Amino acid sequence: MSDYPKNKFPIDEFPTDETDGTDKNKPSNLFNLLGKDADTIAVTGGSEEFIVNMGPQHPSTHGVCRLLLRMDGEVIVDLVPIVGYLHRALEKIAENRTYLQFIPYTDRIDYVTAMICNHGFCMALEKLAGIQVPERAEYIRVIMDELNRIASHLIWLGTFALDLGAITPFLYCFREREKILDLFEMTCGQRMTFNYMRVGGVSRDLPEQFIPLAKEFVEYFKPRVDEYEYILTQNPIFLGRTKGVGILPQKTAIDYSVTGPNLRATGLKWDLRKEEPYSIYDRFEFDIPTGTNSDTWDRYMVRIQEMRQANRIVEQALNSIPEGEIKTKTPAVFKPPAGEVYVRVESTRGEMGFFIVSKGDTIPYRVKLRTASFSNLAVLPEMVRGWKIADLVVIFASLDVIMPDVDR
Amino acid sequence: MFELANVFKAIYTWLEGLFANWGIPQFWLDLISMLLVFVVIIAFISLAALFLVWWERKVSAHMQVRFGPMRTGWHGWRQTVIDAIKLIMKEDIIPAKVDKAVFVIAPIVVFVSALMVYVCIPFGKGLIVSDLNIGILYILAITTFTVVGLLMAGWGSNNKYSMLGGLRSAAQIVSYEVPLTLSVLGVVLLAQSLSMVKIVTAQAHIWQWYIFRQPVGFFVYLTAAVAEVNRTPFDIPEAEQELVAGYNTEYSGMKFAMFFFAEYANLFTVSAVVTTLFLGGWNGPWLPSWIWFFIKTFFVILIIMWFRWTYPRMRVDQLMDFAWKFLLPLAFLNLILTGLFA
Repeated sequence: MSDYPKNKFPIDEFPTDETDGTDKNKPSNLFNLLGKDADTIAVTGGSEEFIVNMGPQHPSTHGVCRLLLRMDGEVIVDLVPIVGYLHRALEKIAENRTYLQFIPYTDRIDYVTAMICNHGFCMALEKLAGIQVPERAEYIRVIMDELNRIASHLIWLGTFALDLGAITPFLYCFREREKILDLFEMTCGQRMTFNYMRVGGVSRDLPEQFIPLAKEFVEYFKPRVDEYEYILTQNPIFLGRTKGVGILPQKTAIDYSVTGPNLRATGLKWDLRKEEPYSIYDRFEFDIPTGTNSDTWDRYMVRIQEMRQANRIVEQALNSIPEGEIKTKTPAVFKPPAGEVYVRVESTRGEMGFFIVSKGDTIPYRVKLRTASFSNLAVLPEMVRGWKIADLVVIFASLDVIMPDVDR
Repeated sequence: MFELANVFKAIYTWLEGLFANWGIPQFWLDLISMLLVFVVIIAFISLAALFLVWWERKVSAHMQVRFGPMRTGWHGWRQTVIDAIKLIMKEDIIPAKVDKAVFVIAPIVVFVSALMVYVCIPFGKGLIVSDLNIGILYILAITTFTVVGLLMAGWGSNNKYSMLGGLRSAAQIVSYEVPLTLSVLGVVLLAQSLSMVKIVTAQAHIWQWYIFRQPVGFFVYLTAAVAEVNRTPFDIPEAEQELVAGYNTEYSGMKFAMFFFAEYANLFTVSAVVTTLFLGGWNGPWLPSWIWFFIKTFFVILIIMWFRWTYPRMRVDQLMDFAWKFLLPLAFLNLILTGLFA
């Protein structure tokens, strides 16, 4: 940590490396404890405090995330998330794959919202090469994106309720998600990692039954969101555990580059689909839900409303989808001109950015993936100091962090 | 109507005759009949726990838009038996650094205290093992003993998570016992007796059932009882998502099975006590008394299971708040009003 620029970012307040925990006025640096064995960790905890390691295998860390907690009884004094357990070196792999070969890898950046990742990558390449996407392909892309947004939020809602102890909504959400996955499977043959979008459009056209079934789903889904709200939103136990818990001040959120529903829950109306409309989002009418108190309940409400809005977008897109081509002709071997491009899309967790540097070759020179969950996870220590472990679970769940997104 | 009590009486009379013919002293008759009752009760509890586990899985499954066990026997009724056999066959792991004596005895303590309560449960007319004249007091005293077992489990596991779980559950059970006892006192005031049989006979007609005369008491008792049995929304000691399995973490095989079955035995006990105190026990028209008892008890069990699969979990300090700042004053109020007006 010694060459890390100090005092440039809010997280730089952690103490220097010279402490070892025996002096109560200088709490031990949690980073020092990484790589030490359990006995050392037990000794350096300070007087009443002890250090607990949560994860990487734990029922409620969403994915493989290790959290090192310093606790005073039941209260959390400090927290360090240790990531990298799911690092697959995707950015390095990209330097050895052609652009077409890398599209399946973009699915695996965030496998819960694979369509949006596909979309972002293909958009970046289209911008780099100056390729126009036909109308029908744009509509299909938007429909798939928004359906994927609903599916991702359903997973989030199910696991969030599960972390709170309400086990039943989990299965209701997955029941709805099955319908969405049926739609995806009918189109591209895959339920989770689609490899569907291509540079210049999409790879396969919608089958005939897609639009009627999708319209049926849209109608079916509208009362479902009300059903989830009915179980949870006004429940006193739920309110007691989420209202006022894990407040994220707006300035801290902006400092840490938090984006997506977490940022919108702080009150800032920031959605890339409205700020920098990409694809054809400017043709659809939808609202951006925001929160007021920036607590866990607000993050929950924002995502519930987003599900409704995504449903609205899908409905509008289904009603106005034109006929036409689904992909502009691109050369068999795709060689974009030399240059660099940064394109960002509104993924379900926040801003997902693709920075591609091309030297005119068939393989990229550098692909940098800016993922939303990395920044969202980084702000976790700020939100949990002073809360208890039970609240940590709830706050962590409300951030909607997906570990492959963090580690890439 | 067909009364099971007559069957037991007939067996006892037959044995008495047999022993008198053979010249065996009375002492042996008492001992043998006690052993027989013991075997019957143990068999009943095992069957009840087995059934309840299967029942919970089916109820939860249907509430969650799925089917539950379906393949092992008709609608999966053999599932629990198979699970029990599996648990018995598992390797009995005792982690190296635990306090061996405490670790091994803890599940026994919990299981025994779950069993001892059945001495005073009135299953039907004449079907109570021993009609102690302090029946309900005995039940309350024995259910407290579970706390000792849980603390032993938490401490003996030599594991931070288990410790936290054991302490939490001890705090929770002890806190919820106070409103529990006070709500029972309301019923005792009305029935003028602590004996379980007298409480049931005082509710001979449906308009005399104490649920109508003590609705607040019923509500307080049901809530406190769900907390006593460590079920959602009060299942913080077993909260998977936070402490893996709380005091249960280090247990596997038969020891884990003992905790598991003790929990379901407790569930049955608590529902049986609700039935006895508030729903008229075995009273009911034209069906045998023990069938009415089971219908009512299973109805209460269904409600308690319904709670588990609907509500999220309360945080431990909110749990304590709820017990001390809401249930306790409510129970006191109930007691005062009962004392003044009954």
